Parts: sequence; C-alpha cells; structure tokens
Amino acid sequence: MRAFTVHTGLAMPLDRANVDTDFIIPKQFLKSIKRSGFGINLFDEHRYLDKGEPDADNSKRPINHDFVLNQPRYKGASVLLARDNFGCGSSREHAPWALDDYGFRVLIAPSFADIFFNNCFKNGILPIVLDKQTVDQLFKEVEANEGYQLTVDLPAQTITKPDGSTISFEVDAFRKHCLLNGLDDIGLTLEDADAISAFESQWREKSPWYFGTPAKS
Amino acid sequence: MAGKTLYDKLWDSHLVKQRDDGTALIYIDRQLIHEVTSPQAFEGLRLAGRKPWRADANLATPDHNIPTTKAERSRGLEGIIDPVSRIQVKTLDANCLEFGITELDMNDIRQGIVHVVGPEQGATLPGMTIVCGDSHTSTHGALGALAHGIGTSEVEHVMATQCLIQRKMKNMLIRVDGQLNPGVTAKDIVLAIIGEIGTAGGTGYTIEFGGEAIQSLSMEGRMTVCNMAIEAGARAGLIAVDETTVNYIKGRPFAPQGEMFDRAADYWRTLVSDADAHFDRVVVLDAADIIPQVTWGTSPEMVAPVTGEVPDPDLETDSSRASNIRQALKYMGLKPRTPIRDIKLEYVFIGSCTNSRIEDLRAAAAVVKGRKVASNIELAMVVPGSGLVKQQAEAEGLDKIFIEAGLEWREPGCSMCLAMNADQLPAGKHCASTSNRNFEGRQGFGGRTHLVSPAMAAAAAIHGHFVDVRDILLEH
Repeated sequence: MRAFTVHTGLAMPLDRANVDTDFIIPKQFLKSIKRSGFGINLFDEHRYLDKGEPDADNSKRPINHDFVLNQPRYKGASVLLARDNFGCGSSREHAPWALDDYGFRVLIAPSFADIFFNNCFKNGILPIVLDKQTVDQLFKEVEANEGYQLTVDLPAQTITKPDGSTISFEVDAFRKHCLLNGLDDIGLTLEDADAISAFESQWREKSPWYFGTPAKS
Repeated sequence: MAGKTLYDKLWDSHLVKQRDDGTALIYIDRQLIHEVTSPQAFEGLRLAGRKPWRADANLATPDHNIPTTKAERSRGLEGIIDPVSRIQVKTLDANCLEFGITELDMNDIRQGIVHVVGPEQGATLPGMTIVCGDSHTSTHGALGALAHGIGTSEVEHVMATQCLIQRKMKNMLIRVDGQLNPGVTAKDIVLAIIGEIGTAGGTGYTIEFGGEAIQSLSMEGRMTVCNMAIEAGARAGLIAVDETTVNYIKGRPFAPQGEMFDRAADYWRTLVSDADAHFDRVVVLDAADIIPQVTWGTSPEMVAPVTGEVPDPDLETDSSRASNIRQALKYMGLKPRTPIRDIKLEYVFIGSCTNSRIEDLRAAAAVVKGRKVASNIELAMVVPGSGLVKQQAEAEGLDKIFIEAGLEWREPGCSMCLAMNADQLPAGKHCASTSNRNFEGRQGFGGRTHLVSPAMAAAAAIHGHFVDVRDILLEH
C-alpha cells in the first residue's frame, strides 16, 4: 500500500449528505476484475449527463458543468470536503478505488459509513472526521476562496489552513501506523499465525460443527 | 458485573488476539463469496503467492451479474450477453477451481443470491462469524451469527488469514414490543426502524433486534429485518437464537447432523443476551403502531406510512434536511404533500436478498391471485432468491398465479435490486420494489425506487399505484 505522511492539496466541497457508494461509482463499473481505472467514472451519474458504460469513450460524453467536480477552479483537487454519512450503502471497495484513482488522498466529513471508512485505510486514503461546525466553516472558506489548499499532516494529526491556522484530528493508532508505513496488513496478521492456529484448534475441538463442508454433489 | 449481550458473547468466543492499540484479531468461521467483490482479492493472493488459510470455510455462488430470463439462462455462461459480466462470472469459476473453494455455479440448482443461499444450505449457523464482500451480509445475523459486510481488501485478508482486524463496536438494542397488525410485515418493521433512527443511526453499533414482534417472526422475516441493519448504518444486525432458529437449521445440507446437531443446538440455545446485559443505546417501538411503509425519497430513511404523504420541505426547520428533501423530490419527480397512495407506478420488482424467499413469494402471490396487473404497469417481475426457492414456488403453483396475473416469473439472482445485469429500471419510471436501496440510479440510471414489502408491491402491481394492503386483505 502507498504510504501517507503529509499531503498538501486543493480542497473541493461536495455539499450533499448521505453520499452513497452507488453515487461514488455506479454498479456497471463494478464488472471490472481490476482495481484500477475507476477514476474517470468517479461520481459518474452526476459528472456526465448521459448514462455511463464500462467500454464508453468518456471524452465524448456530455459533461454536467454544474457538478462541482467539473468546475475549472476545482481541477486537480485532492482533498474532498463532504457531509454526514459519506460512503453509506454498498461495501464496494471500488468506491475508494475510484476516489484514489481520480486523485483524492484525504476526505473530510462530520461522519462516514463504517465499511467505507475502513476501506479507505486499506487504500492509502485518509478519511478525517471533524465536528459539524468545523466542517461547515471549511465549506464556507473553500467556496469563498479560489485555490483553497489544505495541508494534512498525519504524524502531527493536524490540518493547516491557508491562513496558517491548524485543526487537529483523531485517528486510530493502528490505522495511523499502517498508513504512515504503507503496511500490508495481511503480512502483519500473519505474524500472529501461531496464535491463529492455536485459536483454531481449540475452537475446532469445542465446536466441530463449524468445520468441514459436505461432499460436493 | 453486568451480563453479556449476544454480540459480546460472539465477539469473546472469536477473539484470537486483543492488541494494545484497541484493535483485535477475530476468527472468521465462514466467508461467502460472489463474483463482483472477489476477483481482485484472488488476484492479490496469487500475486503474493498465498493460499487460502482454510478453503472449506469459503462458499461461493455468482449472483449480481446473472441473467434472469429463461432464454439467457438456458445457454449457461454463454447466455450472459454482456461480455464484461460474462468474464466476471467465469473468473469466479476459475478462481474457485484454482483455490479449491466450493462453488454453487450458475447452472447449479442451489445457485442464488448469496444471502439467500447461505442460510438455505445451512452454511450459515448460529454462533458463527460470517463475512462477505457485500454489505447485506448483516442478513445472517438473523440466525444468531455475527455477520459483517467487508471490502475486497478484507476479503483477501480473511482468505489469507481466516481473521478480520476489528475494533469492538457498541451495543444497541432495538426492541419491538407487542404484535404486528395483519398485513404488516418484517419489511415494514425495518423500514419503520430506519425512519426512526435514520440511515446513520446505527453507525458504530451492532444492533440486536428483540421484543415480542421480532420473536414472533419466522426465520425468513428475521432475515429481512437483519438484512437492512446496514441501511440503518450498522454493519451487523443480530437476533437471539430460539427454537425457531434451531428448527430452521435442522436437516440443512451444510448443518451438523444427528448427535452432532443436538450438541450444537445445546450451545446455540445459549446465544441470547443475558437479562442484565448492558446496551449503550436502546430504542423501543410498538408493533401495533407500525403501518405498511413506503419510501418516497432517495434514502431508506425517507419513508412514510402508506396512509401518509410526501413531506413538504418548506415545513422543515432544519435547513440541510430541507435541502435533502428538495433534492430527493426533484429526483423522484414528486410534489410536496402528495398522498403516498397517489404515487403512480410503471414497474414492480419482487426479489432481492431482502425479500425473495418462499414466504415473500407466497405473500405476494396471495395478493395477486385471481387478479390482473394494472394497465399502466409496464413490467412487473418476480425474481426468486435461489434455484431452490424457485423450485419450491413452482411446486406450490405460485409461478402460475404470477404469470396468470401478468407478472413475469424469472430465474434467480440479484437482478433489478442493483441492476448490474440486464434488468434495469428506465429513467423517470417509478418502481415498487421489495429491495433495500432507493438511492439515485440504484435500480437503473434515472430510475425512481419506492421500497415496500412483497405484499405491498403485489397490491401496487394490481392497482397501478400504492394502496394499503390491509384493505385488500380485508376484501379477501
């Protein structure tokens, strides 16, 4: 996994609550068996005016110029400012893959849906929860100031605004450690292989009915 | 010391290692696999040269991309017209073969929606931990199993290590007291709960559903309730084990048999929250107050009783809530204060992991029997949850009842719930759907979904608009 330490980038506001993972990446793009290439279809139903298809030439599709992602001032944005319950719905990891592939590295919202939140950390994306008032204030400042950039410092757990003031944020210690070092958590878990095997043998002894499957018919 | 909740018991019995940083390794008994969220996980194993930790803990079946017409299905894999979908289904077959995982493939009579198949096969058992790369894995909590939806990285993690890295969630109890009125179903209970606590109400919690109305539900009804725990924000829903649970499991192919079953059942009966267990939050509903529910907006929390009306954003004092309502009404093409019963429909979809089991189909058939679908309904379809559900329904003659009434009788799969296959709701059309999500574009680009129970969807098909199914049942 790509490590995350300090990131400075242009902020883009997505002023909408309960953005679900269907909104982030519609189902037709989930047919891919790869983990890359989803960025061009991020927010597809809002970014374009027609219906997207996996094999379409996206450069020829009609653009929805009203959608925030298409506004020239937000071109190259890498910090997404969002509202409550961002990432709700389906567990599709294609949602963080699409955000990442587009170039978003940091997400800031008052709350995230559990599965999505977890999926972000597996892909080198940092989702940050801030209180509602702070997020409201950031929305105001981003909208009022073109070229509004934020610097997110994971080791220090701070966000620095263009005026130099900082906001601190919380992050789970284990997730922080994995992000900072770009750790593959399968490798980490396998360091405990002996503990897993020991657990498994006593569990099999105690509850043999959870082991084995019927012969294939 | 306070007693333990059911969630506490399931967590404690699967705790491999508690780490100092608050995370824990939790042992996973069963992983269910489908074609959409697994290819990248198998690819990850291959690239790292890893093997599944325990292949027999996994069970796979394709469901999301599977066509539902007889013409397509009779041609097997080659009948999948979309080449991208076909590759995904073939990739699942190849991966299961390569990694030694049991798969109920698309031509197997036992194939179906993964959350219908698991319990039906007895692959879901009380006391298990279960994961699947699908948010509706919460369904399996109905059997007293701790079941989470996970992302693809975690699918790979569980394949490789048989564990999930987790932080313990908080405990919530949702108690539904008393008895439901006739015509009110498990679906109405869960929609009413989501209307009450909101789609983020359960975030960070495992929700246990309890109370007389929940205990009175059949296993299938309980699955409907737990299925939509995720729509209330909770990754896992739970219902205590009782004789309904134990009887449901008996004799299923993957379940223990004979003396082993009796031993297992003795243990399963302990899987209830202790009387003095502590819940961080308790929500109480009265079953008698629940009226058949219909969603009017683009989030499952945007729900009203069928006797109610679409809200007026101008009457909403919270400005962000008012703007959400406006956005939803614009997408849905609805005017404020429209009576729910006046919402006209063009499509009806009866199916999905929420409501495609035999009792759902019986409830829908009972309503349409001897009647005809209204002329403004362009397509009404019934998609059974598995090949075995389909077989059972046909043995009972339900297929004929649907076909005579003018509904299409399809082959099993996820179908129009998420519209990854050819079954899509066209733009601007209103659909009465027994599925679980009414998000923008969920059932098809521009499609307008209204979530309801199977009986309500069937009644809507006959009338061409929403009606209170309780009135119809009175006529019968």
